[in-house]
Amino acid sequence: MTNLVLGLIGFALVLVSAVLIIGLAAWRRKSPPVFRDIPTFARMRHAVGRVVEDGTRLHVSLGHGALSTPQSASGLAGLVLLGRLAELTSAGDQPPIATSGDSGIAILSQDVLQAASKVSAQGAYDPTLGRLTGLTPFSYAAGAITTIRDENISANMFVGNFGAESGLMIEAAERENSFTMAGSDNLTAQAVMYGTAQEPLIGEELFAAGAYTDAGRLHSSSLTAQDILRWGIIAVMLIGSILKVLGVL
Amino acid sequence: MNLKGLFATISRSWLTAIAIAFGVLALIGYFFTSTILTGLRLLLLDLAVILAGFAVFVGVANLLNVHSKKIKRHDKSASYSTLLIIVLIVTFLLGLVARFFPAVNPLFNGAFNYIQLPVEASLMAILAVTLTYAAVRLLRRRFNWLSVVFLVTALLIIFGTVSLPFLGEVPGLSGLVRPLLSQVFAASGARGILLGVGLGTLAMGLRVLFGADRPYGGK
Repeated sequence: MTNLVLGLIGFALVLVSAVLIIGLAAWRRKSPPVFRDIPTFARMRHAVGRVVEDGTRLHVSLGHGALSTPQSASGLAGLVLLGRLAELTSAGDQPPIATSGDSGIAILSQDVLQAASKVSAQGAYDPTLGRLTGLTPFSYAAGAITTIRDENISANMFVGNFGAESGLMIEAAERENSFTMAGSDNLTAQAVMYGTAQEPLIGEELFAAGAYTDAGRLHSSSLTAQDILRWGIIAVMLIGSILKVLGVL
Repeated sequence: MNLKGLFATISRSWLTAIAIAFGVLALIGYFFTSTILTGLRLLLLDLAVILAGFAVFVGVANLLNVHSKKIKRHDKSASYSTLLIIVLIVTFLLGLVARFFPAVNPLFNGAFNYIQLPVEASLMAILAVTLTYAAVRLLRRRFNWLSVVFLVTALLIIFGTVSLPFLGEVPGLSGLVRPLLSQVFAASGARGILLGVGLGTLAMGLRVLFGADRPYGGK
């Protein structure tokens, strides 16, 4: 296949996704869309409620996916969750802390926390709540561990691009007896998180956080669009396999 | 709405419009290889890389700010923060001096080769112990068939990879079970997960392009 054909297929996929997301968001359904039950998000809400009641703090770790790389998507998903969690904890005594291993994501986390502080009862915005803790994966983990240990944190959310070093951070959080929820786009990190975190997010569940925390209609519609596209891809793969077996392809 | 609020709203709208326009241009340039589009995409990426370079400075300033605050508050980890600031300043000065006096270069490189790298390697070693402990704890915390499959698979892969003392390689394990697990089951599962992650990434990118998620200026 030529580059032009591949480009057209890719562009068509993006266009179909865009139309699906907008179309589903505009469609005024009688009842809200029903998604499969992910108990992790229910437990996350419970942990957030406890943070507000206890007067403790929430920590969101955003990983080290640089903004100019494809790994930034998981960091952006983490920022969406951070914004939503900052809103949910706005009635509490202490605003959340965000740590990251990329300076771009760190600046954006400060922006998200600043926006959330305008509607919260926690007083003036503190720019040190959005932190860059290190620029290499392990220095980032080492810096985040001191935050997990010293800042009166009772719930930790690890959402972003991580590697195996996430095990050290989650283990530190476990030692503090705090709630741990973890999701990453990296396969190694997912395996580590499955073994170490109380509530691991597998695969694309990390990108569903917005829809499960009522972040907006476009989040719900994009999740439905993802499901439709997934079935489309499964159908194409099955048809392709059958055609291959029959010798057509 | 006062003048300041109106200005903030207009500037936010402009920010969103500029971000969406640049995003769409970069996206189209990625799929279609025309000289103008590709040039524009590369220019935008170059700008992003330059901005990311400046962001590192802002990030380091933020790091200094966080740790200075910890020292002022006499936090539990204030001594570590003091050490961090001293080492940061020394390394920065070494890097600056090495630029003009090449004789200082080995000292600057030594800071990475003999401090940073060994420390990171030792953290990796700690990670191996941490993961073993976490694997044992997993069965206590979440005892279900998935956890059992996870642990049994991990053990089979480990024993299929290493040479066991007195026994050497277990023939069936290293020659059949390990390749079957890693190249068939794990590879097919990983592809399924990666397809899901790919679709999630696509949806995330489109939400940013639509301006539904704005990590660049609040709501």
